[in-house]
This record gives sequence, structure tokens and C-alpha cells, in this order.
Amino acid sequence: MAQAAITPAAVVTPRVNPFLPAFTLWWREVVRFYRQLARVVGVIASPLIFWVVIGAGFGKSLQSGAIGTGNYLLYFFPGALMMIVLFTSIFTMMSVIEDRNEGFLLSVMVAPVHRSGIVLGKVLGGTTLSAIQGLLFLVVAPFIGIRLGLEQVLITVLVTFLVSFALTALGFAIAWRMESSQGFHAIINLFLIPLWLLSGALFPMSGATGWIKMLMLVNPLKYGMDALLLTMFPATAPVTTLPLWGSIAVLAAFAVAVFAAGFVIANRRSTVPAA
Amino acid sequence: MATVLDNVPATASGRDGSAVIQVETLRHSYGERVALNGVSFDVRAGEIFALLGPNGSGKTTLFRILSTLMLPTSGRALVGGCDAATQPDEVRRRIGVVFQSQSVDIKLSAAENLWHQGHLYGLHGAELKSRIKEMLARVGLADRAGDRVETFSGGMRRRVELAKGLMHHPSVLLLDEPTTGLDPGARRDLWQYLHELRTQERVSVIVTTHLMEEAERCDRLAILSEGQVVALGTPLALRSEIGGDVIVLETSDPASLAARIKQKFQVAATVLENKVRMERKEGHRFVPDLVEAFPGEVQSISMSKPTLEDVFIARTGHRFWTEDAQQAAQQQEKH
Repeated sequence: MAQAAITPAAVVTPRVNPFLPAFTLWWREVVRFYRQLARVVGVIASPLIFWVVIGAGFGKSLQSGAIGTGNYLLYFFPGALMMIVLFTSIFTMMSVIEDRNEGFLLSVMVAPVHRSGIVLGKVLGGTTLSAIQGLLFLVVAPFIGIRLGLEQVLITVLVTFLVSFALTALGFAIAWRMESSQGFHAIINLFLIPLWLLSGALFPMSGATGWIKMLMLVNPLKYGMDALLLTMFPATAPVTTLPLWGSIAVLAAFAVAVFAAGFVIANRRSTVPAA
Repeated sequence: MATVLDNVPATASGRDGSAVIQVETLRHSYGERVALNGVSFDVRAGEIFALLGPNGSGKTTLFRILSTLMLPTSGRALVGGCDAATQPDEVRRRIGVVFQSQSVDIKLSAAENLWHQGHLYGLHGAELKSRIKEMLARVGLADRAGDRVETFSGGMRRRVELAKGLMHHPSVLLLDEPTTGLDPGARRDLWQYLHELRTQERVSVIVTTHLMEEAERCDRLAILSEGQVVALGTPLALRSEIGGDVIVLETSDPASLAARIKQKFQVAATVLENKVRMERKEGHRFVPDLVEAFPGEVQSISMSKPTLEDVFIARTGHRFWTEDAQQAAQQQEKH
């Protein structure tokens, strides 16, 4: 009954190691970035301009001792770093919505790739871009009187990476089901501003009242902020909830949790079109 | 895998255990709207199978379910014996997909797009490089390999799209309206290539289309209308189901003339878009009789061999492309 079968070149694609797709998605994210000049200019110029304006503007008046607690500009430095990383991280994941609308995501979704590889590639791509921006900002630290040793720089890089990764993963999880970038903006602003304001970037927790204090305690970014303060200003002995590595552990746990959430969301299949 | 490759002829019922793709009473609704209403068919190894239907007939829904992008409301779609709903990875390892919408990244070059695509399928190193060369040569873009896709014309982008879908030499190829935006020459090349894939590598191809002439080039086709398969078979078999020739005539009062033709000749004459339409063997003999029987009433008359559109009309009672208003009216009648 059966004819001699002519075997096709490949009947079933072998299982794919998820790191190869993750690498290629990361690579694409980075290539797309540097091929769009406007984005490159934005990433490099915005932290510098931010610093020039802050420094030249209200920097002087605050340095004059108007705030009894010493140098606010110095205090604000890690907060500004946090802000830059926060916004860049989350907004890199607008690319998820673009990919979906442009149809690119379709070809990724039908590939025999474990969904964790897709999430990892996209999130690491965004993390790379925002961490670069954060570290560019760090370059100005010596000019305002923050002297960092090698160990301090490495810990700052680690914290910057973890914050970038966690926030990019959060952006991914939110962007995955979004259809428009407008909707994404709306939701993000809902999250992002309180997250940043209550991280200790603007004011320390010691100055906050009861319920604000509670909110700050459960804000994972506060621990990132604490880690930065402890690393950058060890001499002033900042008062934090947890010691340095405890704070970093909380931050890392948060990063893992958001990544897992992103994976679960991307892995869910339903009766509505996936892409 | 051997059973999948057996070339067993279609059974009378159309069910075929050795089929590469088996679609079983597939249903799908988007909220209230029913997109697929119990669709069943099989695709055999080394066969080009068309899903022919107008926009909104359910082709794209079916395509999304087969390519694992969406779960059906009920029913099953199997590729190589694996259920697209419960074993998506198994299905993904067996299929190559070419989407109707653009999925190439225009910021990357043609070769980079394929490089990226190859990685998604686990290809790397020298093998990947040679595959990229091979695919670009196949779609005639070897000399543009390093150029960014944003500089390409629509037709060239489609060819990159096709190369992407074929990069990993899939045994089952799903193509959604693949010739959209292609000029006639490129269209011909594509079809020639699909035929080559089928005969030389026994690739099974499912292609959705709304073009009759494309469906004619397939081995078998299913005609979809409003979420149901209204006809299934080879193009020849479907066309020969129509009883002889198709005769269409124009007149001032089609309804009354149709009734009188029915009475006089015992022919099922129907009114479609203000024309009287009927099927009759040996139409060339029938046309003079018809014109003489109703002197002065026939303004024009035409006779043709049946096409797939005639099959569609015969099965659904309306034209392939209906006016929106007409469609809406039909929808209302149903509810």
C-alpha cells in the first residue's frame, strides 16, 4: 500500500536551545537601536542634558544649604540615576508593541522556541540599552564630587543592571497584551511615577509619614535606591531598612519575580489571536 | 514518521489516516461572531492544498489555529499527528509559516533577517551561512543580501518573507495569501517554486487565497464560505460537478423569465445580481432554443465552462464577492 517514501530534507526541526533565540533577539534589539540615529542621540544626550540643567538650575540654590541636611544635589544623584534607568527600561519594551503591530512577533511566536527564550532575549535587549544609559550618567559622578572606588563602581553597575532588568521585564509583562503605545503610556505612567517617587529617589524614607512609609517599605525599588546610597555615600552612613547585600537580594528577587510574570504572560495561549 | 509520508488516495469520506494535516470539526468564535463553524479536511503528504474563500470566510482564523497562534473554541487541528492546541511546540517543529502581513524586520538586511530566523530554528555556524546563501539565491535576492529590507520593493519583501518561512526546510508549509503584492512574474515564480518543493521534497503546502486562478493550480482545495467548507476536492472534480456549461443571460425582468424558463425547460434557473443563471449540458445547443423561446426578451447571453466561482455559486447561492449590504442582509436572516 505504501509507496517508497522520498524523505524530505528535514521532517521535524530538532529541539532548539533557548539561548540561541535569546541571543538573536537581544542582538536584534541592539542592532535596531544603533541603526536609528535619533535613539542613539537620545540615549547619550538625555542624561547629560538632564545633568547640565539640574546642575545649573536648582542645583546651586540647594547647594547653598537651604536644606539643612547638607548637599541635596549629591543626595539626588542616585535618584536621578534611578529615574533615567527606570524610564528607559520600561519604554524600551514599547518595541514589543511595535513588533506585534509590524508583524515581526508572528514569526517569532510560531518558531519552536521556548517562550522563556523570547522573554529573555527581549528583556536583555532592553536591559542593555537602559544600563548603558545609566552608566553614561554615572560618568558625571566625579564632577559633582562623588568619588567611587572600583568596588563601588562594580556594585553600582550591578544594581543598575538589576533595576534595568526588573523594570524592562515589568515593561515586557505590561506591553505583551497591549495593542497601542498610547495605552502602554497610560498604564506605565500609572505605575512608574509612584514607583519612582516612593523609591526614596526624591526624599528619604525617614522624612515620610505613616502610610507613605508603608508604601515605601513594599516598593522594591526602594531597596535598589538604598543599595545605591549605601554604595555611593558610605561615609555618611545612610539609614536603610536592610544592609547593602540584603537590599540587593530584595532587588534581585523582584527582578526574578517580574521576569517569571513576563514568562507566564507570554506563555499563555488563548482563543484570541496571540499576535 | 513513515506513515505520514504514505501517499494513500483519498477515501470516499475524505478522511485519511495518513494525512499530514487533519482538521476535525473545528469551530471558532470571536465573542458573538462565529468565524469557523465545524470545518473538517485533510491534507496529504506532498500535496498543495488551497483554502479558497472570500474575505471573512474564516481562512485567516483557520490559519492562526494551524500555526499555533490561537486556540480553537472546539474541534482539533493536527499537524503530523500533533494537536496544535495541546502540543504547540511539536507542531511548531514541523511547520514553516509565511504570513500575509509583513514579518521581516526592515531595519535589518535580507541576510540578517534570515540569520535571525535561522537562530530561532536552532541553525547556526557554517550550516546557517550556507542555508542563507541557498535561500537568497532561490528567491533571487543573492545580489541584495547585504541591503536593508527598508530599501526593498513590496515584491522583494515578500520574497524575503518566503525565504524566512523556508529557512529550516519544513515538511509542512503554511502560506497565508502568499502572492499579495507580487507582480505576475513573481507570482508565477512562486507557484513554480511551490510545485518544485512538492515534487522534489514532498513538502505539503497549505495556501490560503481568494484568487480562483491560484486555487486552480493546487492539487486539492477546500472552498470556505462563512466558516464552513462548502466544497472539497480537486479543481477538476469540483468543476465537473457543475452539470455542463454555465449560461447567464440579461433581461429586463429576470425573476419572471427565470420562472418561465424553469417551467418550459425544467432547468434550475436562478436570479443572481439581476441576471438569470443556469447550468445545462451541451449549452451550445441550448442557447439558440432559449433565445428563440422568449423572443425579444434576452438582451444578452453568455455561455462558459464552469469555473471554481461557479462551484462557489452553486454551493452557496451567492457570488464569491458579495456586496457588504448583501452580506449584512444574509447575516440578519440567519439570526
